[in-house]
Amino acid sequence: MIDRKHVGLELDPLTVEVEKGRLRFFAKVTGQSDPVYVDEDAAKAAGYRSLLAPPTFLFSLELENPEPFKLFEILGVDLNRILHGEQAFSYERPVCAGDTITLRQRVMDIFDKKDGALEFIVANTTATNQRGEKVGSATKTVVVRN
Amino acid sequence: MSAITQDSLNVGDELPPLTMPEITRTTLALFAGASGDHNPIHIDIDVARKAGMTDVFAQGMLPMAYLGRFLTDWAPQASLRQFSSRFTAITDLGDRITCTGKVVEKLERDGEKLVRLELTAANQSGDTKLAGEALVALDA
Repeated sequence: MIDRKHVGLELDPLTVEVEKGRLRFFAKVTGQSDPVYVDEDAAKAAGYRSLLAPPTFLFSLELENPEPFKLFEILGVDLNRILHGEQAFSYERPVCAGDTITLRQRVMDIFDKKDGALEFIVANTTATNQRGEKVGSATKTVVVRN
Repeated sequence: MSAITQDSLNVGDELPPLTMPEITRTTLALFAGASGDHNPIHIDIDVARKAGMTDVFAQGMLPMAYLGRFLTDWAPQASLRQFSSRFTAITDLGDRITCTGKVVEKLERDGEKLVRLELTAANQSGDTKLAGEALVALDA
């Protein structure tokens, strides 16, 4: 069982740059045809600073962490036993290529079901840009199969 | 993009569905690079087998990215307030994902007119892979 003392744990903040090439690559793989995701002029014409990061991209920014699985290491969870159960995003401002985003991740809850056969870790990440403005947040629920 | 208004929508209205091409090993490899999810269980069959799977399978965020595209095809991303999904089943190689959505509520919050959408990503057999929800702000 995961020690419940980790509820409230905050990981070190991570600051990452949103790269134009990555956004184009992401748009290509998802077949995104709206030019605001691939054509900088179109993005600017639509009022964005540069290419727009798509709705799920905050999750990808979190994975830029040089130690993307640090949280599970701290919690003592085997990566082969985890499943992504749920993912939620909230949005306040657009994230664009060239932005520098700071991510702060915090463990919100740890609970179990089926007499501990399944444990759930809920972690929330808030994202702020280079101007200190909150751009949004990402909350993931990870299921651990014990 | 023509502006959709809250008044023009009714509970039960459906969004135009989006069907994506069949998911191949190439899709998974490219999405690993594009999304930053390098977990080898999605791209290396040896690792997948060691973990007790018969083959590699899709990153959960792949069909969620499809749902994200489905939403932004319908309304500009700037109007998206919340977007969430539950991963109800594994998305396999060979799956062709269709995204569907419908209006389930019209509401007002913080002076904004919104619609709540129920979203589904399902494969060609109709098996639900993701069950999601979104809150979208619209003009009156």
